[in-house]
Amino acid sequence: MLIDASELDFRTLNERIREAKGDCLITGCLGQRFIGAGLSSGLIKIGGIPGNALGAYLNGAEIITEGDAQDAIGDTMNGGRIVVHGSAGDAVGYAMRGGDIYIRDSAGYRAGIHMKEYRDKVPVMVIGGCTGSFLGEYQAGGIIIVLGLNRGAKEIVGNFPCTGMHGGRMFLRCEPEELRLPGQVVTKRATEEDLAGIMPYLEEYCRLFDVELDSILGSGFTMITPDSKNPYKQMYVGN
Amino acid sequence: MFKSNSTDRQLLEGEVRIPSGCAISAAVSRDGRRFNGEGIINSMLPMHDRSNGLGGGFAAYGIYPEYKEFYALHIFFNDSMDRTACEEVLKEGFEIVRAENIPIRKIPEITNVPLIWRYFVAPLASVLARLQIDEKEYVARMVMKINTKIDGAYVFSSGKNMGVFKAVGFPEDVGRFYRLEEYMGYMWTAHGRYPTNTPGWWGGAHPFALLDYSIVHNGEISSYDANRRSIEMFGYKCTLQTDTEVITYIADYLLRKQGLNLKETASVIAAPFWSTIESKPEEEKRKLSFLRTVYPSLLITGPFSIILGFEGGLMALNDRLKLRSMVTAEKDDMVYIASEEAAIRAMEPDIKGIYAPSGGEPVIVKVKDGAY
Repeated sequence: MLIDASELDFRTLNERIREAKGDCLITGCLGQRFIGAGLSSGLIKIGGIPGNALGAYLNGAEIITEGDAQDAIGDTMNGGRIVVHGSAGDAVGYAMRGGDIYIRDSAGYRAGIHMKEYRDKVPVMVIGGCTGSFLGEYQAGGIIIVLGLNRGAKEIVGNFPCTGMHGGRMFLRCEPEELRLPGQVVTKRATEEDLAGIMPYLEEYCRLFDVELDSILGSGFTMITPDSKNPYKQMYVGN
Repeated sequence: MFKSNSTDRQLLEGEVRIPSGCAISAAVSRDGRRFNGEGIINSMLPMHDRSNGLGGGFAAYGIYPEYKEFYALHIFFNDSMDRTACEEVLKEGFEIVRAENIPIRKIPEITNVPLIWRYFVAPLASVLARLQIDEKEYVARMVMKINTKIDGAYVFSSGKNMGVFKAVGFPEDVGRFYRLEEYMGYMWTAHGRYPTNTPGWWGGAHPFALLDYSIVHNGEISSYDANRRSIEMFGYKCTLQTDTEVITYIADYLLRKQGLNLKETASVIAAPFWSTIESKPEEEKRKLSFLRTVYPSLLITGPFSIILGFEGGLMALNDRLKLRSMVTAEKDDMVYIASEEAAIRAMEPDIKGIYAPSGGEPVIVKVKDGAY
């Protein structure tokens, strides 16, 4: 179904999407919030700029934007996919617990904070550019991949990444020496075996955004995981 | 202090505390090219849900070129008795070259309208000579005096060749109410309010302004009382118990009285963490440590994104943790800033390259010299 969003407020637009009970193509979007919130199936393509909390609580549906996205996309997402053909704002995938998010360019502050996993529910976030500060703060599970494509002299991540990280894995396409990390995580250069685990996601990024895989694999990745010898639970009290 | 005089009087700011979301935006021409208020009003439409109808406002720079030598005082009055009392005070210190109602459009969305006047004034030379202070200091003191001593009068704008227009309502309605499409300015800032700590009233809407400094603010300041106690030692009176007011006075104090530049001011109010300072090159480390040490009580903590307007430019700034969103974009001579990208695209759909400044990273825009 084709929906022209240019004269619709967020409530009406979301009602139309739910009534459509199938794939939607939205045009003229300008800041309407909560698009696709909680949806379990179908595909939503968005022309224009979707508002905050795009795909919050997403439960299996797929959302594709043709441009940038704003703050808090995929908040507490449970399943499905969000693909952003541009940059994303702050708090991408906050408390995400399933599904995957692909951002072609950069993400703002607090990407992937409180991300978690349980058994087969392993959320994945791939960011093509750089991210702001507090990347993966309190990460408890899932996989965060930042490629730092076309970053020049820019740092791949801002200040205080991985603070309080106690689960999951993070892959940053840079040297470990470039990073300032807290004491409760360990870093190492990703081995071929490590990279094999994320290769499907790298290939998917390349397919979605028409990027050569070789251009990504040309430089190495740093893998960051929680330090099991210095776990976060002992930061305050030794319980 | 301003007090409402209605019999079923609602409590005002400072009289009750309600345990903020807000929207801000700005548009400025680096060439000093003047444009009307329609664009900035439109920018608030996609951010409608960031406000709750309890306050909206705009600051417009370059709108009074025919009176640009005079301070333009915009004042709310409860009734004409308050106006008479206030004018008595004004006449003691100012030559009033023009006094008039600010033109409004009566619309159902904006109610409980006070008297809204503007005065173009010049401080009397004899008064300045007697007090041995410069005219800006005198104007600032008179604003404080009226706002603290005259019940039912509140000066909400006091700069030259600029004006603040604000009310209780949604920002797009406030813009229509004040007929902002009829004004031409080289710079506009806007605010949509979602008051959380204080009830909304006309004076408590943003922007807050003193002299040509105006602030629009999205956020809530945890350090409000520490900041207030500090700034009140230097003659400022916080009459509204709303955090934005104190930012305006801090900006005036650091920029006008202390002579800091904008970047230094940003390093005081959004000072980097000591651990971040430690990682800087020696010279910068020395400077940042100095500013944090000299002005510890003017560090503003808690979430904020603000746009500080002044004659000839603006500075946009996030708190150091970037707990509020803000993006910027440029096209030709124009620079746009807003809480959301959608707001910028409402003003200029054909924008390439949205930029999200880091926490504590000031975005400073100066209009070409002499163009304002």
